[in-house]
Amino acid sequence: MFEIFQYDFMLNALLACLLASIAFGIIGTYVVVKRIVFISGGIAHSTYGGIGLGYLVGFSPLFGAIGFGILSALFIALLRKFKLHSEDMLIGIMWSLGMALGILFISFTPGYAPNLMSYLFGNILTISFEEIITISILDIIIFIIVIVFYEQFLAITFDEEFAETLGLPVGKLYTLLLVLIALTIVILIKLVGIILVIAMLTIPPSIAVRFSNKLSKMMFLSVMLGIFFTLIGLLISYYFNLVSGATIIVISIIFYLISLLFNKRKLKLNINIEENL
Amino acid sequence: MKTILELKNIYVFYYDNLILEDINLKVYENDFIGIIGPNGGGKTTLLKTILGILKPASGRIYLCEGLNKQNCFGYVPQTSNIDFLYPISVLDVVKTGRLNKNKIFKTYDKNDIDIAFDSLKKMDLLKYQNILFGNLSGGEKQRVLIARALTTNPKILLLDEPTSNVDSKVGYHFYELLSQLNKDITIIMVSHDIGAISQNVKKIACLNRKLVYHDSKEITKEMLEKVYHCPVDLIAHGIPHRVFPEHKEVE
Ligand SMILES: Nc1ncnc2c1ncn2[C@@H]1O[C@H](COP(=O)(O)OP(=O)(O)O)[C@@H](O)[C@H]1O
Ligand SMILES: [Mg+2]
Repeated sequence: MFEIFQYDFMLNALLACLLASIAFGIIGTYVVVKRIVFISGGIAHSTYGGIGLGYLVGFSPLFGAIGFGILSALFIALLRKFKLHSEDMLIGIMWSLGMALGILFISFTPGYAPNLMSYLFGNILTISFEEIITISILDIIIFIIVIVFYEQFLAITFDEEFAETLGLPVGKLYTLLLVLIALTIVILIKLVGIILVIAMLTIPPSIAVRFSNKLSKMMFLSVMLGIFFTLIGLLISYYFNLVSGATIIVISIIFYLISLLFNKRKLKLNINIEENL
Repeated sequence: MKTILELKNIYVFYYDNLILEDINLKVYENDFIGIIGPNGGGKTTLLKTILGILKPASGRIYLCEGLNKQNCFGYVPQTSNIDFLYPISVLDVVKTGRLNKNKIFKTYDKNDIDIAFDSLKKMDLLKYQNILFGNLSGGEKQRVLIARALTTNPKILLLDEPTSNVDSKVGYHFYELLSQLNKDITIIMVSHDIGAISQNVKKIACLNRKLVYHDSKEITKEMLEKVYHCPVDLIAHGIPHRVFPEHKEVE
């Protein structure tokens, strides 16, 4: 069964799965514990504007996505700062505006109409070596920032208001976290596509959280689960000739449902308490 | 007596709603003030305003000399605000109190860890240090949040509804702990539970958008009626302490 590794595109795809899992396992952990799934969805969909602009003007759509992702992260941080009543609605508008701009930009693009589907639903088999390099760089950036600010991110995601009373720059840290989410989303677009990004960002941490007693452990487990799901999904999609992104998501959800049968956390902790008393 | 904190003519809005109106409050060193009021009366808003999390539309907050809002408050929020699924141990929760703006690129040093253990010990939590925060009972969580606040070495402790998830038996010990802390720390505590608060604090204020405050431990019928906008039956639970002034029944 290992003959698939003789193809370059397959090796690239496997490498992409490994590299992307690092980013979305770590950042998805924050998305889940801070419960900012909707905000992440907004950032994800707004990147489509950047992808369209890239096609129209003629630069790499991936860079367009990074630009739009960061812009929308900053926009959300601004909404937060001014504690607007209509934050939810405005994020919804940003969400749709990004998509609408993307569709318009692409429709203006003369001649060759690029494949919309591959950005909406991902196509890991077409990932190029340059894109892998970009993903690696983003990975390194995310990894370093999370290591440097691990305790600070923990404090603001656990109890933002308390962190504020300590004098921590909560607004800046939160903005940084949103930018990291944007970068992670860009990595994931190639893998599963804009529409399915949220699933990949949230499913592994949602499983991991019930088996973790530390945020760092939850991140590690999420990364491992991410690698496992993407590789299994990739192999199945290859052998059964299925769309890769959707296959990965369905596999992840199946494992999520199975994991619900094991509520390990409660069990283990009760035992701990008894030992301690 | 030294004034440690003073609020003058504080007004706070949420959007167009006036939540706090003309709040004036003087807090002396080693005070133990209980603020009662109905749900939605603005108790949490008042604490957040004192802490600087919310900005008043007008009015001023004065702290005694040498203090600033980042080194003097220990905030103990309602435990129900905190996600019980968050994977974090008791020790790690308490440690976060040691972070501050000067330590933005650093993590905890040995001194911080020692202080965290010290706070755990004070709150009688050492045996829970490795337990998940979310798996503790309401009263235990409350103590963890107090321990976290203590690591900042606060001059003023602000507690939001500390007894809302604590059963009355545990509550009793809880107030003993607070009295102990009150020897060196000024305490301001808000609650909608009149009975619980009135037995244990030194002074009582009532809050429902406006603050009614007499610098004493007695709640008068008039205070409560002002705050609750309706006649209130006074039922004093506290046998050892008399909360309500002797008053003749007029009915
Ligand atoms: N984030 C918020 N946005 C809008 N209104 C709020 C917010 N927080 C509280 N309020 C309103 O402010 C009033 C006071 O709330 P709060 O201070 O939480 O009262 P309490 O703590 O006494 O129950 C309530 O009417 C509540 O609806
Ligand atoms: Mg409240």
